[in-house]
Amino acid sequence: MEQILANGLYLGAQYALIALGLTLIFSLMNVLNFAHGQMYVFGGFVTYTVVAQFGLPFIVGLVASAAVLAVLGGLIEKFLFRPVIRRSKREESTMLLAAGIAFFLDAVILLLFGEKQRGVPKIVNGVFNWDMRIIMPYDRILIGILAITLIVSFILFMQYSRTGRAMRALAQDRMAAQLMGVDVDRYSMIGFALGAMLAGLVGGLLVTITGINLGMGGPTSVKAFLMIMIGGAGVISGAIAGGFILGMMESVGLTLLAAYGDITYLVIFATLMVFLAIRPQGLMGKPWG
Amino acid sequence: MKRRVFLATTGLSIALAVTASSAAWAENAKLKIGFVGVTSGPAAAWGISNQRSMETRAAWLNELGGVTIGDTTYDVEIVPFDDQKDPKRAIAGMEKMAQDGIHYVVGPNVDDGAAAVRPVAEQNGIMYFPYAFPKELYTPPASNAILGMVANYQSGPAIYKHLMDNAGVKKVAFVAANESDPLSQRDGGVEAAKALGLEVVSDSVTYQVDTTDFTPVLLPVIQSAPDLLVLSGVSPANAPQLIRSARELGYTGLISTETAQDATVLMEGAGDLANGFISVGGASTPELASDAMREFVDRYTNMFGEYNDESNTKVYALEYILETLKANPAAIDDVEAFKATMDTFEAPNPFMVGDAKLTYVGTTSFGQKRQVSVPLVVNEFRDGKFETLFVAQVD
Repeated sequence: MEQILANGLYLGAQYALIALGLTLIFSLMNVLNFAHGQMYVFGGFVTYTVVAQFGLPFIVGLVASAAVLAVLGGLIEKFLFRPVIRRSKREESTMLLAAGIAFFLDAVILLLFGEKQRGVPKIVNGVFNWDMRIIMPYDRILIGILAITLIVSFILFMQYSRTGRAMRALAQDRMAAQLMGVDVDRYSMIGFALGAMLAGLVGGLLVTITGINLGMGGPTSVKAFLMIMIGGAGVISGAIAGGFILGMMESVGLTLLAAYGDITYLVIFATLMVFLAIRPQGLMGKPWG
Repeated sequence: MKRRVFLATTGLSIALAVTASSAAWAENAKLKIGFVGVTSGPAAAWGISNQRSMETRAAWLNELGGVTIGDTTYDVEIVPFDDQKDPKRAIAGMEKMAQDGIHYVVGPNVDDGAAAVRPVAEQNGIMYFPYAFPKELYTPPASNAILGMVANYQSGPAIYKHLMDNAGVKKVAFVAANESDPLSQRDGGVEAAKALGLEVVSDSVTYQVDTTDFTPVLLPVIQSAPDLLVLSGVSPANAPQLIRSARELGYTGLISTETAQDATVLMEGAGDLANGFISVGGASTPELASDAMREFVDRYTNMFGEYNDESNTKVYALEYILETLKANPAAIDDVEAFKATMDTFEAPNPFMVGDAKLTYVGTTSFGQKRQVSVPLVVNEFRDGKFETLFVAQVD
């Protein structure tokens, strides 16, 4: 049981961090960013290039991933989403744009980084073994702690910084925020850049554990959507809760249901369907949006 | 006057340029060979290594002046189609090949895609070279598919037997991705292991291909204490993570797979933890590779920046197509002639040292020759590269 909980917490921390960026973008702009998974993959490849190809320290790779993805996110918002949102009132326009960006990024990643699975050497060696009750490699523990630290930092940033407050105001009521003098365009761009940066950071963190490959973007986006549906779309605390719930469900399912084959995600999806039928807005979302 | 001279000179230059370029184009006829396989998504490495192997070899042959079949010399043109590992797309790809008048196609890479394209290939007179293992594709009455590699039910028993005799393996566990190919390979492996008298201690654990943490997946498998952990049909993307998680959970036994892997990917993803990992390879280990194979690797690397060890196996299909067409030029647009030639076909294997031959095999497994003869090279990963464990031949 201890091992299941430890696995669930580790998975939950990385999932929550993935979901945070997605839900931030949704809350600020009402955009379902289908390219979030591809941004995660891009971040992983940037860290890989900096660490494995250029031989620089891991932390440099992580910072590079954050910077590159923040710039990429900002540019995507400014030159793609902003004009589309201005010209079209239909929500599917942004959804189609996001899907197009996902395909485009897939192609760019293939051209720049190739088709192979990539990984960087372990940043910490050794395995924590508590009497065979909890076995957890030290690098996973470190990545889990880093993920939780980033989540806490993000919450503090959103809670106490001027930029964070402006973005929260924007998420609560775009029109009211604009009337109160919030520069909507500027903070939308910062929010999108921050969301993309979070995706890049998780990619950079996980490239040391799971590696990265071209095809990981789509499934990552699906999982991220799953998490924000559980927690409530557009709610920061909901994304964190959704991440940890999904991580724990996966860990429990993979251990307890192993004898019955790979039915963990079948059970998760079935449970989610029932849950959404009862509470379509998720755990912490509001029924009116 | 000057203007008239200028116009005349320009007109003459254009006419000469057009004539010259037409002459260049008319130099060799085109021989189109198709590729239908997965070049995007998590399994992209399988198809991309296929496509790039074909493109590398085609460019090389064209540079040498083309391929002479009968009285005609052709430049080889590869026509690729990404089926995205989706059987519906694979059918669309094969239909496109038929519309382009292509009779020889390499791929698809996976079982369901290969099965899906069978009717299209048979109706349109296309021979295809899948990297998929279902026996019904190669067993009569099917006759248009030719297995492009060694199947898991051929390599698996050889590996298990070797490890039983040389490493005292008695208990084996299987883990597979929850997809048709790995699951069917797992079932074949379990059957082969039981037939050899091995005790199968775990065979029900599966995983999603997008799993990011294999610790919970492997925990129950490792607790069953196998001597050998078989990663059935594992993709190059998942192999390093599975090896790493197994070792980090304290597993010290052997790990093997019947799929081809890439040494760089294993090194980057699992490092020294991958030492001792057993997989199936091709013909480019130092002991087996010919000068031509080494040149192929160099050319591939120059064209695409980095070689993929999976191409050690993927280099063969195009060579078989071209050499069989050379042996019977009538087969260029008549696949029945190609089939008739297969039974007696034999040509030197340019990629291996010694007097190795290109021949069609498969009589034992399929009742007819519907498999390319590539050496069954079983490799062991050690310190960043593959070392040959043993070599066998498939009949």
